Amino acid sequence: MATNSNHNLRRQMLKVAHSLGLFFAMMVLCVPGLWIVLNSFRPTVEIMAKPPVWIPNELNFDHYRAMFGGIGEGGVPVLTYFANSLVISVTSTVIAILIGMAGGYAFARYKFKFKGGIFVGLMVTRAVPGVALSLPLFILFARVGIIDTHFGMIIAYVALNVPFTIWLIDGFFRQVPPELAEAAEIDGCTRWQAFWRVEFPVARSGIASAGIFAFLTSWNEYALASQLTRSTTSKTMPVGLLDFTSEFTLNWGGMCALAVLMIIPALILTFLVQKHLIAGLTFGGVKG
Amino acid sequence: MAQVHLRNVVKKYGPLEVVHAINLDIADGEFVVLVGPSGCGKSTTLRMVAGLEAISGGDVQIGGRVVNDLPPRDRNISMVFQNYALYPHMTVRENLGFSLHIAKHSQADIDKAVNEAADILSLTPLLDRKPGALSGGQRQRVAMGRAIVRDPEVFLFDEPLSNLDAKLRTQMRVEIKKLHQKLGSTIIYVTHDQIEAMTLADRIVIMRDGHIEQVGTPLEVFENPINTFVATFIGSPPMNLLDGVVKDGQIEFADGTRLPVPPGYFTDEGQAITFGVRADNIMPVGHALPRGEHMAEVEMTVDLTEPLGTETLLFAVLAGTEVQAKMLNPRPVHRGERMTFQIMLDKCHLFDAETGDTQKK
Ligand SMILES: Nc1ncnc2c1ncn2[C@@H]1O[C@H](COP(=O)(O)OP(=O)(O)OP(=O)(O)O)[C@@H](O)[C@H]1O
Ligand SMILES: [Mg+2]
Repeated sequence: MATNSNHNLRRQMLKVAHSLGLFFAMMVLCVPGLWIVLNSFRPTVEIMAKPPVWIPNELNFDHYRAMFGGIGEGGVPVLTYFANSLVISVTSTVIAILIGMAGGYAFARYKFKFKGGIFVGLMVTRAVPGVALSLPLFILFARVGIIDTHFGMIIAYVALNVPFTIWLIDGFFRQVPPELAEAAEIDGCTRWQAFWRVEFPVARSGIASAGIFAFLTSWNEYALASQLTRSTTSKTMPVGLLDFTSEFTLNWGGMCALAVLMIIPALILTFLVQKHLIAGLTFGGVKG
Repeated sequence: MAQVHLRNVVKKYGPLEVVHAINLDIADGEFVVLVGPSGCGKSTTLRMVAGLEAISGGDVQIGGRVVNDLPPRDRNISMVFQNYALYPHMTVRENLGFSLHIAKHSQADIDKAVNEAADILSLTPLLDRKPGALSGGQRQRVAMGRAIVRDPEVFLFDEPLSNLDAKLRTQMRVEIKKLHQKLGSTIIYVTHDQIEAMTLADRIVIMRDGHIEQVGTPLEVFENPINTFVATFIGSPPMNLLDGVVKDGQIEFADGTRLPVPPGYFTDEGQAITFGVRADNIMPVGHALPRGEHMAEVEMTVDLTEPLGTETLLFAVLAGTEVQAKMLNPRPVHRGERMTFQIMLDKCHLFDAETGDTQKK
């Protein structure tokens, strides 16, 4: 009996420790985000207060109003930045996923010369930090004349994302047994139909999660965008944040307000596809 | 009209040849089983018939047409895979109807065919489940159902039962045989299980290392194996083989034991020979074999017994080689017991010791 209740006690304590551990981990992850949201709603005085004010006295929409207000009164072209970000991120993600699907499928299913070498080469491109690329890219883009264009940013982000999407999607297609496509071919499909009707739907969750990663990478990317965009024609939201800095002041409240606007679409998207995301990350239920 | 003919069919992977110019004629409605040890090229051969593997030489004909360059979908075949290869994102109903759907049949036709197949295989209660929610045996059935719905000229099976437990396997074996009797279509079936081969086949094709060793009905290959490989591969337990030399018209083994030459075989004096006898034809005196003509008697010490219920396998040493004998109407036998065994010589086999081929009769 004694050992039994002892055992029970230990289990209870473990449970509590587990919850506490999770709580602290989540706090570390969430507090900065919450702080940004909080700051976007309170007056600058309170943001700058030392020691920090944890419980806000007053919440208002001033920063948001100012941000959407006229230029000169603290306003920035939010909607333009948002549209730029959206066009660039969505287009580059779609292209990166299409290329990733073709490439990943080829790596997963076919044998060809220098396969290993090409694969390693793709991965190595990921080892180069984006900042290191920004100057050479700037010079190149300037020569070609695609500085400060959507097109230039899309190309840069496709290049950034393709190795990653190929690598992820290769992994997902590898887990789809080749017999599925063979069965489909025997059932009357062409090679092309077998892919779209069987292999693609089975790997869809994985591909969706690769898409999310690619989208978030483009959506949040700053180092390249800060060099390759100049004006409102192509500036993305992360670069737009810089509009709140001037020589002597930093408009923290405005910056946080824009950051919140940036986070919202990413959150919504993640929420919408979270089922796929989880299924994609724990892929492997395709046996049978 | 769905004979299948293989004419000098070769498969190479780069420089490596894995199937060597095999020839095989399969009649309409015949159930042919390809059997052989792992890696002998059974699946490769089947996949060449299916069109999933390009052939490197020769011709494959299905129903009188050379299909070498036709894609799988134009060959009018169905295939059941070892891992079933059910489409995991579709329900059982959609899995079954997929081929008709692709062929753009009307929904009414599809429903009719699906319901019919589901009926034959008792899948009706499972139609709205996804494959992930089925047991192994049920998945196997769905895979067969998917093959039936297509109403093909030839069914191809690649080890369809090897992922099932022993009991279910026996049960499905019977169902496959019934299905063949009902549909009457040509079936090519791959297995490495010789019992499956024996029980299912109209004709067995025994393969080794990319060659066909022997083709024949189950009884033919059991009773007249063409060489020692077939002799040991077909039948359970495998045939006992003993090496000896022909001396004075008798076979003398290494330890000096002598046995008469089985009736009907030609031998040369001094020839090295392999003597083959199945456990069924070597039994303790008084156990089922009537004393008669062409009997030899030997004394052996029993090392090990395997009681199987209706019979008991006895392991003993004859002329320095371990042999298995069979005792019908078993009684308890203890280790080390010396018994007199009868060998039924007219059921014994002689092979050339060098080539392993059967000795002339
Ligand atoms: N893609 C390939 N490249 C090279 N060799 C291959 C390839 N596929 C199969 N082989 C070889 O071909 C031979 C025959 O293979 P196959 O799959 O037909 O054997 P099997 O008789 O079906 O064996 P099992 O009973 O294990 O399924 C094997 O030796 C195998 O190693
Ligand atoms: Mg095989």
